[in-house]
Amino acid sequence: MKADNPELPHEIMDLQMGPSHPATHGTIKFNLKLEGEKVLDCDVEVGFLHRGFDKSCEQATWTQVIPYTDRLNYASSLINNVGYALAVEKLIGAEIPMRCQYIRVIVSELARIFDHLTCCGMAASELGAITVGFYLIEARELIMRIVENLTGARLTVTYVRIGGVKHDLPENFAEHVSKTFATVRRLLDDCDKLLSRNRIFLDRMAHIGVISQETALDHSLTGPILRATGVDYDVRKAFPYLVYDQMDFAVPLGSHGDNYDRFLCRILEMQESMKIVDQALRQLPVGPVWIDDPRFVLPEKEKVYGTIEGLMHHFKIIMEGIHVPAGETYSAVEGGNGELGFYVVSDGGGKPYRLRVRPPCFIAMGAFAEMIKGYMVADIVPTFGMINMIGGECDR
Amino acid sequence: MELTAMAEVSPELQQIHEKLGVRILQASNPQGDNVIALDRTDLRESFRVLKEDAELSFNFLSDITAVDYWKKQEPRFEVVYQLVSLKQRRRLRIRVGVPESEPRVDSLTPLWRGANFLEREVWDLYGIHFSDHPDLRRILLYDEFIGHPLRKDYPVNLWQPRVPERHVEGTFVDARSHNKLLRLQKNLAKKN
Repeated sequence: MKADNPELPHEIMDLQMGPSHPATHGTIKFNLKLEGEKVLDCDVEVGFLHRGFDKSCEQATWTQVIPYTDRLNYASSLINNVGYALAVEKLIGAEIPMRCQYIRVIVSELARIFDHLTCCGMAASELGAITVGFYLIEARELIMRIVENLTGARLTVTYVRIGGVKHDLPENFAEHVSKTFATVRRLLDDCDKLLSRNRIFLDRMAHIGVISQETALDHSLTGPILRATGVDYDVRKAFPYLVYDQMDFAVPLGSHGDNYDRFLCRILEMQESMKIVDQALRQLPVGPVWIDDPRFVLPEKEKVYGTIEGLMHHFKIIMEGIHVPAGETYSAVEGGNGELGFYVVSDGGGKPYRLRVRPPCFIAMGAFAEMIKGYMVADIVPTFGMINMIGGECDR
Repeated sequence: MELTAMAEVSPELQQIHEKLGVRILQASNPQGDNVIALDRTDLRESFRVLKEDAELSFNFLSDITAVDYWKKQEPRFEVVYQLVSLKQRRRLRIRVGVPESEPRVDSLTPLWRGANFLEREVWDLYGIHFSDHPDLRRILLYDEFIGHPLRKDYPVNLWQPRVPERHVEGTFVDARSHNKLLRLQKNLAKKN
């Protein structure tokens, strides 16, 4: 601006965007330094939704933490459940039955589709493509119905337990999923036709919020933001957990590291996730969904109400919590937005001594200033949208 | 730790030991994870070796956090780093003991800019200082917060004092909120 019109007066303006702004769906504040519409500097303020997740977890038993993990990234609460359960089971050294592992893969991928649909739908509607927003919200609603049918809840599901899952898949689950996926695929095709070569959408997304490979690695970015720069790092492939090593799927990679590549990565990942769910449902073995270990599993209700041993067993697990051997471990899963890690320390008691979550979007917010410097104020909206910051996980 | 003992634990740990030598205080392999405890002095140099050595190439800093072992072990705090080698698909966990008397470690921001937010969080919740950090402010909590809540001696139900509204120089203040601010300040003065 300065170079084009040397006569025009210009000064650097401070602008505080947020913490409650209609375009930033999440409570977050950007302290911007602007020259005209150009962003010179951006200081990100997070923490408005801090509610002491770590401290609360230290007061709860190992099982009571599971509902807290739902409330981290509520768009993919099933992945949080799975990640936490895997970390505790790693410390216990538990061998989880095959059927349970397959179910966990299925629910993780459903949650990933859910997360990406939320992110892409919101980002599209913020850029004016309300139709696409509604199409993707419809697809999300259909996925939500599967989750509701399976767990009984829509967002805060609390489905996974330490040593298993709450219950087996409902009847006709595979049929329900395949019917839903047919509709979701059609909706995604429609969105592709509406958006992928849309001039307005391309102008707002392509070459905006660019971050190079080196900078992305330097900032510890993971997930679609890192893969959009072309780095092939997906926890499911790099450090396979559950039965991901038996699944046939590709990791979509971008090349420019801009918002458009992030968007495409997410859309393609949804297709891959649906492929994984289809495969897992086809290979799903028969068997129990709980480990056979009374130290961690609640007894059946007939035993609780019928025998004194069963009642004592139930009472001990509920009141004292399960006893996790002393030690510390780190276990990571691929969440919707990147590597979701759980660092767990136990002192041998019924409560976690320390529970740390590696929140992918908190770390992405650390790199936000780098992404937005030199772009326009209006570019904050799509860039922030493609990070998919979820306050519950960012601020804990 | 002796080199032969290290090889029994894991060949990968032995390789790290060859590069870092006596800076490693302890090495173990619980649940198949490679864990080393590093000396606090010259910490950044140790991390530089881990990052830039061609054979080790732990080029990705995944996480920084801390644990408070109050009345359980000495030194009281432990800062925990998670590194990943993307090339070799390996993880490494590094534990660094930090005494209560001088809670200070080297900042890793010169090596990884992503360490900025993570270290600010550790400072905020544990009060561990990172030397040479460019911008060590509180991040999840507000500036007026007293204490560091994830320390084990911070009571879980402790109330914090109410903070008056902050007046930021150059911002527009409307009459209603300004009156409210004055009222609040008056009430606070009366109480004190």
